[in-house]
This record gives sequence, structure tokens and C-alpha cells, in this order.
Amino acid sequence: MSFVRLAFLASALLTSLAGTAQAQTTLRIGIAEDPDILDPSIGRTYVGRIVFSAFCDKLFDIDEKLNVVPQLALSYQTSADGKEMTIKLRPNVKFHDGEPLDAEAAKFSIERHMTLPTSFRKSELASVDHVEVVDPLTIKLVLKTPYSPLIAQLTDRSGMMVSPKAAKEAGDKFGLHPVCAGPYKFVERIQQDRMVFEKFADYWNKDNVHIDRVVFLPIVDSTVRLANLKSGGLDLIERVLATDIKDVRADPKLVLSTAPELGYLGLTINIGNDKAKGPLSQSAKVRQALDLSIDREAINQVVFNGEFTAGNQWVSPTHPYYQKSFPVQGRDIAKAKALLKEAGVSLPVTVDYMVPKGTEYEAVAQVVQSMAAEAGFDIKIRAVEFATTFKQSQAGEFQVFQINWSGRIDPDGNSYIFMRSKAPQNDGGYANPEADKLMEEARAVAGFDERKAIYEKLTKILLADLPIIYIYHRTLLIAHTTKLEGYKQMPDGLVRVVGLKFK
Amino acid sequence: MLNFLARRIAQIIPTLFFVSVLIFSLQQLLPGDPALVMAGEERDPAVIEQIRQQYKLDQPIPVQYVYWLKGVLTGNFGESLRSKMPVRELIAQKLPVTLQLGSMAILIAFLIGIPAGIVSAVKRGTVWDYGANLFALWGISTPNFWLGILMIFLFSIELGWLPASGYVPLSENWRASLAATIMPAFVLGNAISAILMRHTRSAMLQVLESDYVRTARAKGLSERSVILKHAMRNALTPIITLGALELGTLLSGAVLTEQIFSIPGFGKLIVDAVFNRDYAVVQGVVLVTATVYITLNLVADVAYILVNPRLRG
Repeated sequence: MSFVRLAFLASALLTSLAGTAQAQTTLRIGIAEDPDILDPSIGRTYVGRIVFSAFCDKLFDIDEKLNVVPQLALSYQTSADGKEMTIKLRPNVKFHDGEPLDAEAAKFSIERHMTLPTSFRKSELASVDHVEVVDPLTIKLVLKTPYSPLIAQLTDRSGMMVSPKAAKEAGDKFGLHPVCAGPYKFVERIQQDRMVFEKFADYWNKDNVHIDRVVFLPIVDSTVRLANLKSGGLDLIERVLATDIKDVRADPKLVLSTAPELGYLGLTINIGNDKAKGPLSQSAKVRQALDLSIDREAINQVVFNGEFTAGNQWVSPTHPYYQKSFPVQGRDIAKAKALLKEAGVSLPVTVDYMVPKGTEYEAVAQVVQSMAAEAGFDIKIRAVEFATTFKQSQAGEFQVFQINWSGRIDPDGNSYIFMRSKAPQNDGGYANPEADKLMEEARAVAGFDERKAIYEKLTKILLADLPIIYIYHRTLLIAHTTKLEGYKQMPDGLVRVVGLKFK
Repeated sequence: MLNFLARRIAQIIPTLFFVSVLIFSLQQLLPGDPALVMAGEERDPAVIEQIRQQYKLDQPIPVQYVYWLKGVLTGNFGESLRSKMPVRELIAQKLPVTLQLGSMAILIAFLIGIPAGIVSAVKRGTVWDYGANLFALWGISTPNFWLGILMIFLFSIELGWLPASGYVPLSENWRASLAATIMPAFVLGNAISAILMRHTRSAMLQVLESDYVRTARAKGLSERSVILKHAMRNALTPIITLGALELGTLLSGAVLTEQIFSIPGFGKLIVDAVFNRDYAVVQGVVLVTATVYITLNLVADVAYILVNPRLRG
């Protein structure tokens, strides 16, 4: 009898709990990985940036066309010599702990990005000499040298503002309980399970925040992620597989949201660090032959159902900085063979081709392998676990490394660190003084037309030298239920929660 | 008995020490550099060097081991390289999840495996026996991830009865918690139940042919009483030990199943840690699971002695 009573009580309690839960609206987002630490200075993963956008506003943001738009800052002005950037802050902005976001706080945040020992923002802000407070709502970044990509950095993690009080108290553990100035505030995180955020009542743009809670759930398996969306366990998922697009489009309860990505998939050629001194490293003609043997559109059709975009530059053909005078070339086996003959190499040219393990990556490698074979290349695919590829690529233990770059807003972020001689991610050891000079110039000049003209010259050199053979640009694939309204996909792949509501 | 216990407990310490040395050295064989993996796309050489120093990755391996051991002896398992969470806290978050999933799986395994084993032994050679054997073969040979995905398709997408993945703590909402764990528990329990069924069957067959069962039958006891009271009790002792060991294996994490159902238990923790070269987490989890496994072994041994007086020394 008492058991029955207990059970009755328990179920009554549960019903009442369910009742209160219903009044609250919760947006459940399925993400493809568990992010690293939620500290904008130390964070380094793409998936982490998705989570940041729910709770950590930045000085600036971007729109669909990659224009810089205000967020925590209202405007900026660069001095004529390009060495000073004055930023006006939005008034009456509060951090989640109630502290005001003023010029002092903004100065603190930027200095923290620049000085925290394990900050990965240091190199992004390396051009900044120091930060000055002009008045309570204005700061001035004084630069060592003019650096046009700086504004783009401030639309990402380097522009995220953290509460000075909370950051000072927590030190490098700040990411365990982050306090920012975004639409939602941090509630809890259970590693590999979920991250919970709730609406911040004092958010500067609170009228556009309609959902009470946001929960991020890392679900690694893409099939299971989609299954959760279909069964109603999730409201939105990122990184839908290209092969699942048909399935999503066929489901009347789901909406697919797409945008071209900022990054690319490319074949990094080991030019300067190849111990074996293979033909690819020694001759640009051999690299051009490999380039000509690849049919990019066929790869897109075969592996990605034609949903991605074939590419030949470090930005996609829809990007404002894409050089239309150098379009994607078709496959030309005869020319490739002729180039190999001109280079005087003995056939077949064997190539050590490193690729991170993964169905899609390996499929691309296999298609490249069979295409290049027709021109006279013998590609030996070496599928290596992702974590190991970093070490091997840095040590120069590859001839070709097929690798993805998630992309940055400014074209500099897709080129300089990979192709400037001695740059940190120039694993192929490419060095061309002329290209170096152009990349430096593009950093120093501010105007779009001027920069584009410099990049045009750079494109010409790089497409002849081919330190990286670009293959395709992914389409960002995000799916959500029809109940969710107001979702717009931006090219940086991040999920912006402001403005979203449930029907 | 006390003597025996003291001896067994004294053996645990060198075993754990050996396990810790082994896992520490095996990890060094993994290719890849933890600091580089941590940096990922952001490869700033100065910061990577800073990480190496901060986590003592620049020190020789024996020195790193001593630092780690010192920490462990004072209850500090270090912190995760990736998330900066203390490893102790991570383990405390995951242990209840793994315990719940493991116990549910073993319960399901017992509920299916033992009755099936008994039926097939008693009805040997009949359609029941073949059916049970077929089930066992199916259970052993069905890959967990495949069965898991099929169940998600049926129960979550088609029927909409259960959540496709995720976890809710028992303390938060027991119904939701059971709903979230029943499918993964079944997937795990199914494979073990097949093993239990095979063992129960052979143990029962042996017992059913023994003299005391013949005597019991000769006494005119009902068949039901012969099987349940006399035969089954004796046949089950080794099965319970087997169950305890299987539970130990489950507690070390059900890697694939946890991955499919996004259950944040030990298996998922350790797999992610290995892929991220998050050494402190791997070491902490392995040490804890080794301790749990050894303890369960000890409990099984003690239980055996309690049940079987002939083993008491």
C-alpha cells in the first residue's frame, strides 16, 4: 500500500516537474565534437567557436557577405598611417556577473588575449603594441605596424570580451566558469555530455532573445545526430553529411540551411622539407602535372553528391577575394603527361600521400589516386590517425598532405601562415621571396581594391609554384526542425542564437 | 579468512603500481605530440612550448612519472590538457553513469541469459534448445554498434518511444534516465546474456546428470523442485562469478556503445582522451578501472570461499 502511495506521489511530482519544464523553452543543438576549454584566449577548436557564439559576444561580427558589423563595439576608425585603431564601445553593456563593459574592461580583455601564457590569440594580436583607454567608452589599439586583418580578428575569439573580475579570480581556469557579455550565460558543463546556458536578463540586445535556455550536446556519430533531430531529441544539428542531404530534404519536418565555407581542402606539397627529394618537391612542372590530372568537379560529384564547390584558390569562388582571372581549370591528362616528360622524371612518379583517417577524406584520396595514376603518378595513400598527422606534417614526413583548413574571415588567415616562408604552419617549407613580399604588403594595405590587386599577383605566383593544390570548398550543412524560426547560416559556420524562436 | 584477505589486499598495491608503469610507458609509444594535438589549428610555436613546460611534457618520461605518482599519492590525478578540468572531477562525473549502465546491462544479461540457459538444458535437443542456441549465437556475433543503430531507427525514429541518445542522471529524473539508458543497456546486456546462456546451459547439463539430482528425482520430488531448488542453485555459482567479471569489464567502459548512444561514461572519456593525447585523463581512468576490476575480482573470490567451504584455508 505504502509503495503504491509512494509511486503515486512520485508520478505526481514528475508531472508537476514536467509542467514547469514545458513553460521554459530550450534550444537543443547537436554538435559534432566535445569542445575544448571555453576560454576565448585558450580555446582553439572550431566547435568551441560555435558554443562561444551563444554566450560570448565580440567587438564586431560579420554578416552573410562577410562585411564587418557592430556587436559590442559601435564603430571603428583606422588612422591614416594605419597604425592606430580607435574603437567606440556600445554603452550600457553588462557582463553576466553584472560588471560593466567599459573601456577598462575592453582593454583588460585584449591584454589578456595578448599576455596569458597559453593564449592562442597572441599571434592574432601580434601587431598590437598596446591598448589605450581614450574615454570610458573608447579604446585605441596602437599597432607596431599597419595590419589590415586585425579587424577580422576582432570578429572572432580575439574580439571576445570577458569580465575582468571573473577572469582575474579564475586565472587560466576561467574556461570552467566563463563570464562574458553574450545573450546566454553559462550554467553548467558535463564533459562529453552537455553544456547548458540560460538567458541573460541584462543582455544589451535582450529584446531579440526569445528562447530561455540553450543546451549544446556533443554527438560524434553523424547518423545518430541526424536520428536525434528526426526523433525530436534535438532542434538543430551542425555538420550534416553531404550524403545525408537527400534524406534531410525529403523530411517535411526538417529544414536544411547552407552557406559556402571560409576554408578549403588542399594538398600541401612538401617542397622544402622533403628528405627524399622526390620529383614533386624538385619541380614545379611535376606539381602542375599533378594539378592538371585532378578533376575537381568529379571528386565533388563522386564523394559529395555535387554539394560542395570545386576550388583552386585559398578562398572559394563566391568569396569577394576570389581572383576570377584564375578560374578552376579542367582536367587535362595530355598536358599533364607532357609536363612530366618536360620535367624529365622517370615514370611512374611515386608519391607518399598522407591523409587523416576518415571515410570522406580517404574517399577523396582514392579518387585523386586513380585520377593521377592516368597521368603517371603512383600515389601511395597513407591514412594516419588525425592526432598523429600534426606531428608528422610538422616534421616534414610526407610528400603530399591532404588536409582541411576551417578558414578565417580575412584571406590573410587562409594564406600567410601556410605559405609565408618560415610561418608556423608552412609544413611544406615553401619559400619564395617574391610571394613573401606580396603577403606582407597585403597585410599592410587597408583598401579592398588595393589588397585584391596584391592578392592577384600573389595568386599568379602561387598557382605556378603550387605549394598547395586546392581541391574544394565544403558547403556548411546545418539542419533544424521546422519549429525553429529565424535561422540564418553565416559563412563562418557558427550558430547564432539571437533572433531564434520556436513556432 | 582474515589472513587470506590481508594477503590479497597486499597484492593489490604492487599490481596497481605495475599497471600504472605499464600505462605510462605504453602511452609514450602512441605517435603524436600532446602539445601539438592540443594546439590543433592554432600552431603558435611559443605557446606550444609554454604548454610543454606547464604540463612538464618537456621533462624525461621517468621524471614525468614521478611527478604524476606524487600527485596520485596525495589524491591529485592532475588535470585534463584539453579541458583543464581536474581528472578526479571528470572521473567523479563519469563513474555514476558507467555504474548505472553497467548494472542495468548485467541485470538484463542475467534476466535473459539464465532462464534461456536453464530452458535449453532442461529441454535439451528440442526446438527450445535450438532456439536458445540460435539466440546465443546471434547475441555473440551481433556487433554492438550495428544493433545500437538499428534500435535507434526502430524505437526512436519509427516508433518515437525512446530518446535516440544522450543521458539524464537518475537523480534528476529517473524515468527519463531509464528511458535514455535502456537501449544501450540492452545492447550491452544482449551480448553478455549470450555468454551467460552458454555457460548456464553447460553447467546445468552437468548438474542434471549428477547423482544427487538422480536421488532427488528418485525421492519423487516434482521436476520443478528438482530443477529450481537442487540443480540450479549448484549450477549458478560459477555463473555468478562470471557475471561479476563481466560487470568489471563493463565498468572499464563500453567504448562503442557509449559512442553510439552518446552516453558520457568511462568508455567515451577514455576514447576521447586517447585521441586527444590527454595523458593525465587516460592514466587516471585506467588506474581507477584497474582498481575497480581488481576489487571485483577480490569480491568474487571471497564470495566463492563463503559459498564453498572446501576452499577455506
